[in-house]
Amino acid sequence: MSKRHSTGGRLLNREKALHFTFNGQKFSGYEGDTLASSLLANDQMLVGRSFKYHRPRGVVAAGAEEPNGLVNMGEGGRFEPNQRVTTTELFDGLTARSQNHWPSLEFDIGVVNSRLARFLPAGFYYKMFIHPRPFWKYIYEPFIRQSAGLGQAPKEPDADTYEHFYHFCDLLIIGGGIAGLQAAKTAAKSGARVMLIEQTGHWGGRAVVDGGMVDGDPVDNYVEQTVAELAALDNVTLRTRMMGAGVYDHGYVLGYEQLRDHLPGSMGPRHRLWRIRAGHIVTATGAIERPLSFAGNDVPGVTLAAAVRDYLVNYGVSIGQRTVVVTNNDDAYRTAFALHDAGLSVPAILDARTGLGKTDMRERAEARGITVMAGHAVASVKGGKRVTGIAVCKQEGAGAVVQEIACDAVAMSGGWSPVVHLWSHCGGKLQWDADHAFFRPDADKAPTGDAGQPFVTVAGAANGALKLADILEDADAGARAAAAQIGHKIRKSKSPVAQREEEAPLEPVWLMPAEAEVKLRSKAWLDYQNDVKVSDVQLAAQEGFESVEHAKRYTTLGMATDQGKLSNINGLAILSDALGRPIPQTGTTTFRPPYTPISMGAIGGEARGEVFQPLRRTPMHDWHAAHGADWEPVGHWRRPYAFVRDGERLKDSVNREVLNTRRNLGLLDASTLGKIIVKGPDAPKFLDMMYTNMMSTLKPGKCRYGLMCSENGFLIDDGVVARLDEQTYLCHTTTGGAERIHQHMEEWLQTEWWDWQVYVANVTEQYAQVAVVGPNARRALEKLGGMDVSKEALGFMEWADGTLGGFKVRAYRISFSGELSYEIAVDASHGLALWEKLMEAGAAFGVMPYGTEALHILRAEKGFIMIGDETDGTVIPQDLGLDWAISKKKEDFLGKRAQARRHMTDPKRWKLVGLETLSGAVIPDGAYAIGEGTNANGQRNVIGRVTSTYYSPTLDRGIAMGLVLYGPDRMGEVISFPGTEGATFKARIVDPVFYDKEGEKQNV
Amino acid sequence: MLILTCPVCSVTAEETEFHGGGEAHLTRFGPGASEEEFENYLFMRENPRGVHFERWRHVYGCGKWFHAARCTTTLEVFGTYPAQTLEPPKTLRAQISKKRPGWFWRGFE
Ligand SMILES: [Zn+2]
Repeated sequence: MSKRHSTGGRLLNREKALHFTFNGQKFSGYEGDTLASSLLANDQMLVGRSFKYHRPRGVVAAGAEEPNGLVNMGEGGRFEPNQRVTTTELFDGLTARSQNHWPSLEFDIGVVNSRLARFLPAGFYYKMFIHPRPFWKYIYEPFIRQSAGLGQAPKEPDADTYEHFYHFCDLLIIGGGIAGLQAAKTAAKSGARVMLIEQTGHWGGRAVVDGGMVDGDPVDNYVEQTVAELAALDNVTLRTRMMGAGVYDHGYVLGYEQLRDHLPGSMGPRHRLWRIRAGHIVTATGAIERPLSFAGNDVPGVTLAAAVRDYLVNYGVSIGQRTVVVTNNDDAYRTAFALHDAGLSVPAILDARTGLGKTDMRERAEARGITVMAGHAVASVKGGKRVTGIAVCKQEGAGAVVQEIACDAVAMSGGWSPVVHLWSHCGGKLQWDADHAFFRPDADKAPTGDAGQPFVTVAGAANGALKLADILEDADAGARAAAAQIGHKIRKSKSPVAQREEEAPLEPVWLMPAEAEVKLRSKAWLDYQNDVKVSDVQLAAQEGFESVEHAKRYTTLGMATDQGKLSNINGLAILSDALGRPIPQTGTTTFRPPYTPISMGAIGGEARGEVFQPLRRTPMHDWHAAHGADWEPVGHWRRPYAFVRDGERLKDSVNREVLNTRRNLGLLDASTLGKIIVKGPDAPKFLDMMYTNMMSTLKPGKCRYGLMCSENGFLIDDGVVARLDEQTYLCHTTTGGAERIHQHMEEWLQTEWWDWQVYVANVTEQYAQVAVVGPNARRALEKLGGMDVSKEALGFMEWADGTLGGFKVRAYRISFSGELSYEIAVDASHGLALWEKLMEAGAAFGVMPYGTEALHILRAEKGFIMIGDETDGTVIPQDLGLDWAISKKKEDFLGKRAQARRHMTDPKRWKLVGLETLSGAVIPDGAYAIGEGTNANGQRNVIGRVTSTYYSPTLDRGIAMGLVLYGPDRMGEVISFPGTEGATFKARIVDPVFYDKEGEKQNV
Repeated sequence: MLILTCPVCSVTAEETEFHGGGEAHLTRFGPGASEEEFENYLFMRENPRGVHFERWRHVYGCGKWFHAARCTTTLEVFGTYPAQTLEPPKTLRAQISKKRPGWFWRGFE
């Protein structure tokens, strides 16, 4: 059993008890505890179930590498899944629930998967799901749904706030263990701006647990003094609870700071995402202990040896009262000594090293009366939900049991792997260190910056220096090299010297025992979180998955939320062995950021709710809001979809607005339309290239509807162009197109025709624009008084400057509705005043404002296309029957050559037609028309699709436009559009102009 | 996230201030071009491992387009220069040759 001792626990404040619940049960711990240590203090060894087989799992590590201890934390708006118990600091009122089991942690139905293990081998998903399709619906999907996902998704909006910080420093040091501290101390002397970050709440890393002497003092003192010295320096920034999440191009780093996870509900943001640009980066990220692969190495109570030490020293918690230590290296002996010194029983150290002689550590163990069994290994672990004992065998051999030992915990150590993740994120390469059996950074192949210079240096255990004395030396040297990289010199000075301990070399042990039979191998876990066993990786190799990246995906090794921090090296050693090739030849999988998962909230930062993105408002925005506007987002704008009156349904409002505009007078806020000034001696020539139409022949005072295509020939925008004078045009674009088209023009001017004298300016927001539409439009403007707006003075497709109602305006006679229509532009600052004046003047003529939906219906009744409805990036003007707007006289324009390509001139391209349902009903948006026969996939052939579809109040029937195969040649034919739920819409192909085909109404 | 220096306004900034615009030094083909010429112009792009020439726009700065010579494997930026040119400047090509002897890109070396 695991329990808390009455003494010990260097991080605890035993004066302050904290209360929390786990699966509804009440527990208590102390300030300074992690959730893991407080659970273990309460003998809660079982913390979760594994992903695939639902095996009982306990805490195996003490830090960020923990694969098993993931829980659902909090309630409501503070609920979050997959929180790691080993890195969760305990607070009063914490609530946690274990994951991935049903109905309860103790009794889990899914454990049946475990009995089906032989039916769930590596590559199970790939192998099974090829087979009969009906199986998907009735067997696979329900099975996967039940098993999938470790945590639950939150159901309520996040109650916390988050923020982003930008930071710049000369030197960023990631990791606040002794390597990071020493590197910061050395580097700070150069005067460089240094930032040192540590992912936990404490400085000093492992060293303070493992002990040792620096300059004759205990290492704790060295840590305390160094932190104090650094804190006093102006050029050093220190942050704890801040992880270096990822290293990116040219020294860009994401830092993830957990400000208030340990103080929930207190004021301020919960997490902060730091976006750091560093001149140089030192990663001092330490090393992670590897598990050993033996049968039953996942039974709760089997723990990493260093973690056993961590819980004892930091929290006064022992995982077991009788702990067998199993190892292939000297470091795990420290765990045996710590346990023994705390009065706990250590029945044996199983040292798998076959060649182990009289070592210093062995002598120290035996002096304490601890039995060291050299060349011995764990054959299997006894117990289900916790360890009850182990069977011992020889490491060399197939696992014949020589002895059984009763125990309640196993402390295992398979050696250490440097944390090379951050080094590798941006391209740092690794080399295999055969002496220590790990990958370490290859200093000659560092990630490189903008000038080709290395921008990451690795220090301490992360660099493969595992002993205290080596770590300090390496950190000092690393800091000097890093400072030199950014042009800072550090005067020679004495660096601290640590006492050296003799250590015997480790012997690599990838499988225990070496010749383990399949019965044992299929119980030896590599990846705890994804339930990948030694036998799975061997099977993958046998089935031909030789690339480590393929084997990873086939077995899912290292693909869980811990990204295989414990399993990767062991897994690829097994793979290499199975393939009969050396480990370095197999290589590692790719290390990808973030180092451990970061919250979605931190990624979003402040960008949520109202500040998610900037909102663009027209000068009349508030008026619309006060008059019932039902908003529609259009780009970053909000436009009124319709103005809803009391007691009205939205669609009634739309119909009223359409009918009133056709019969009386409607006002539309058209301010959002893009307005681009194109000016200069070469402006006519330039616009001839930009538009398919001839714009150079347009006379000043006139307007022309223009189409713009990309060089691919596809229609990208449309709008009315007004020629202001010989050298100046004003080009209207769609609401969403203003910025895009402005940039499109700039691009061609800057990069292709840079010798042409043209200037373009986006003046969209300089003007407010009001469309005055309907048979009474002229009367309303005349009532305002000022410029002559008669047909003679201002004809259709003309514009004029003048005054109206005292406002300086530019009036365009253009129509997107088919009605008599003016668009009146004023300085934006006068927009609201003009709008109100028009509403007042129009009162006698039945004026009503109308929104974007009425606008759409009015244009659809006239068969006018809308960019984004009739076009989707694959439609050319010819598809839409707009050949009349494509100049035949021009030698060149953007898209001309492309429109001559074979596929573009294919008569089989679907063409625009109008569609009238026989029943008068409205065809669903996006519906496809069905033709004869089936295609190669056995699906029915399609011969067209709906691009716009509305109820027309003017005609009191459904109208639609669509692209149809041979459409214009099939006028009068009836085609079928299947809808949802078995309905089919029969529609007659008609002319797309449904209303006022002769265009008489707009030209009065 | 790259750091680039705009050769027009001389500002050194984060990649988020810029917008990538694909391959540099394309020659436009219009009406009169053969199918093959036009296809090459429109679709065929270099995908080198090493020296590459790209178009960038200083979109949240001066708004100008420029070209960058960059190594696609090490991310080293050899230099940037204004877009109003048909070929990379000689001095830049010489600099690249020092660092990547024997480089070759679309007929430039
Ligand atoms: Zn610039």
